[in-house]
Amino acid sequence: MEKAHEIIFAGFGGQGVLSMGQTISYAAMIENKEISWMPSYGPEMRGGTANCIVIVSSSRISSPIISRFDSAIVLNQPSLDKFEHEVKEGGLLIYEESTIINTPKRKDIEVIGIPANEEAQLLGKKQVANMIIVGAFLAKRPIVKIENILVALKKVLPERHHHLIPLNEEALMLGQRLIKEKVVA
Amino acid sequence: MDVPTTLNGYELIYKKPSTLTEKPFHYCPGCGHSVVHRLLMEVVEEMGIQEQTVGVAPVGCSVFAYDYMDIDMQEAAHGRATAVATGIKRILPDKFVFSYQGDGDLAAIGTAETIHAVNRGENILMIFINNAIYGMTGGQMAPTTLLNQVTSTSPYGRNKEAMGYPIKITELLAQLPGAYYVSRHAVYTVNAVRKLKKAIEKSFAYQKLNRGTCFIEVVSNCPSGWKMTPVESNKWLEANMFPQYPLGDIKIPKD
Amino acid sequence: MEQEKTTNNEARLMKGNEALAEAAIRADIDAYFGYPITPQSEVLEYFTNEMPKRHGIVLQAESEVAAINMIYGAAGAGGRVMTSSSSPGISLMQEGISYIASAQLPCLIVNVNRGGPGLGTIQPSQGDYFQATKGGGHGDYHLIVLAPSSVQEMADFVFDAIRLAEKYRNPAMILADGALGQMMEKVVLPQEGSLPKVSKPWATVGKPASRKRNIITSLFIEPEKMEVINLGLQEKYKQIQSEVRYEEIALDDADIALVAFGLSARICQKVVDLGREKGIKVGLLRPITLYPFPKSALNKIADKVNFMLVVEMNAGQMVEDVSLAANGKCPVYFKGRMGGMIPSPEEVFAELMSIIEKQSVTQD
Repeated sequence: MEKAHEIIFAGFGGQGVLSMGQTISYAAMIENKEISWMPSYGPEMRGGTANCIVIVSSSRISSPIISRFDSAIVLNQPSLDKFEHEVKEGGLLIYEESTIINTPKRKDIEVIGIPANEEAQLLGKKQVANMIIVGAFLAKRPIVKIENILVALKKVLPERHHHLIPLNEEALMLGQRLIKEKVVA
Repeated sequence: MDVPTTLNGYELIYKKPSTLTEKPFHYCPGCGHSVVHRLLMEVVEEMGIQEQTVGVAPVGCSVFAYDYMDIDMQEAAHGRATAVATGIKRILPDKFVFSYQGDGDLAAIGTAETIHAVNRGENILMIFINNAIYGMTGGQMAPTTLLNQVTSTSPYGRNKEAMGYPIKITELLAQLPGAYYVSRHAVYTVNAVRKLKKAIEKSFAYQKLNRGTCFIEVVSNCPSGWKMTPVESNKWLEANMFPQYPLGDIKIPKD
Repeated sequence: MEQEKTTNNEARLMKGNEALAEAAIRADIDAYFGYPITPQSEVLEYFTNEMPKRHGIVLQAESEVAAINMIYGAAGAGGRVMTSSSSPGISLMQEGISYIASAQLPCLIVNVNRGGPGLGTIQPSQGDYFQATKGGGHGDYHLIVLAPSSVQEMADFVFDAIRLAEKYRNPAMILADGALGQMMEKVVLPQEGSLPKVSKPWATVGKPASRKRNIITSLFIEPEKMEVINLGLQEKYKQIQSEVRYEEIALDDADIALVAFGLSARICQKVVDLGREKGIKVGLLRPITLYPFPKSALNKIADKVNFMLVVEMNAGQMVEDVSLAANGKCPVYFKGRMGGMIPSPEEVFAELMSIIEKQSVTQD
């Protein structure tokens, strides 16, 4: 792994944007890495746009707030419009296909659309779309191990939702598969 | 100070309680503060709770209450005595805690703290001296100043259109479920003094039950601020204050 | 029990506000009084959740004014107590803080700074530096002020602040900001019970026959007495200077010193990295205690660098103290953002480069 990986997760409140970042942060902690998770906060979280910056590093993290990212994961159009230009050259941009009308234009980064909402509906629970994206992201950038994401989910999800962990696992694996299929295709 | 119980064949029947310090009261002649201070300390002495009592002094004429009462005390910011008393009582739930405030302190600047302390049912005794005036700062209008009463900031008399009405904070507080015992008293006659002492005794006894706030209003005088002799001030008190602030229990424990 | 202790020490991922509250429970605070305000309401929520199950008293007051006066009463009664708020709420507390400083009551006040003035914004700011370090309320007094720059320090400084407050009978403040309160990082919490209670013979706990009564007051009406009280406070502040703390990063060979505290210092660490990658000898001094302020450390650095650049999330507050410390030995520049905006490392780096250009500093 490179020294530090800097990611922005962005979308609407309620899409699980903050918990995607948290899950990866917990997994990184289990692996003894340094982490910082910096959310946007305030009234905009109640249904508006939400984002979090996650930095996973093998050494002490300096600024938890940055404006250029190795990876951007965007789940709505305003977030794509805002963060497409903030991905470092050679970086990765993953977006949720059904929510994006104006697709990314940049050629100097890797751009991947994932039909996560549609796939999540097929799984029978649209709330796991974010885990499909996490699975896909980790297939491209294995900054933490998938099995540690499963351990992390136990921490991030409240006890009453623990019965959903198998479904989340299924979603993660599906995300990984979607990437592999794309690569093959 | 040890006082002999007999002197030249005479028997000692009246003395200063040991819970008052040697410092003479600075209060104006005829002022009710000294009587209330003394009553509080008599009760503390007689109940033997000097070691378990913590008081809170206000900002107002009784700002130096701690100079006279020989107990551990804290001096609060203007209006905040019940917040300070809350802090003390939460740390020392087994101690007897009382606050002592005037009308401006309790019913103007400290209204929020007053209402919420009672609403939480803080197990403290709140003593409220109502003399319808700001005594310490020189006789300005208080929230309890009567209609048409002349003060240095209502020189033409309190006018309800511009200055509102005298607030009956005691009746207001009695509405709150956190209030356990609410009573209004005076110190203008010997009989009234005796009744107030009983109310203070009851309030300290109730404090052990942890059932809520005890609140005692003392309708008092301010001869200097009212620009009267002590005797005149007591007459004025009866004629003008009592109709607005009638004496007696307002809320008594149901059990 | 052994099992529990190991769990106690394991690294956790926590928000700054939560780490602060958990550390306070582990520091055995007797009571917390507070009022909700963004971005630090998690502190009160954490206590209302945890304290009934563990130990300590938590009370949601009717206002910040009431909360700080409850702190006064509870600290005066010998309790180990704390409150927290964010900028507008801390403004409301200033009267009470002045009384607490005068009555010399130890307590912890946490300000999770947000942008102002006025109702302002809920986004992070360092606009309360003056208020925190110069007194804040009326009269000549100081708080001991610690500025964390990580979630770990949000936890650790609770212990440090309480220790200092009790040592000097002085209110101590943790000056954080909204981002530090809301962000999550790995944190190893201090051990529960590792901060022994100190004796407080001055506390109002009820007067036994064996001693004189204890009075907690800030009223000394004769100016002769009030001056003596003030002289005593000033003497104490002199002693407190020995508690100064700061962190130096890459300053040994530096030609340029960045100076920043809290979150700004984290941003500046990245600027140091960016500069060093380009061969610019830039280092960072991070004041950890804002009061006492690391004057002499800065004065020494001023001797050997070409210039200093102070970076703050305000209109330029600490820069005044840095300039006084540098005392004309080197130019002191300032870069700041206000109103809840956070300067990016790239932005600060660009500023640094433009100063270098202007200064024609030779690079090697």
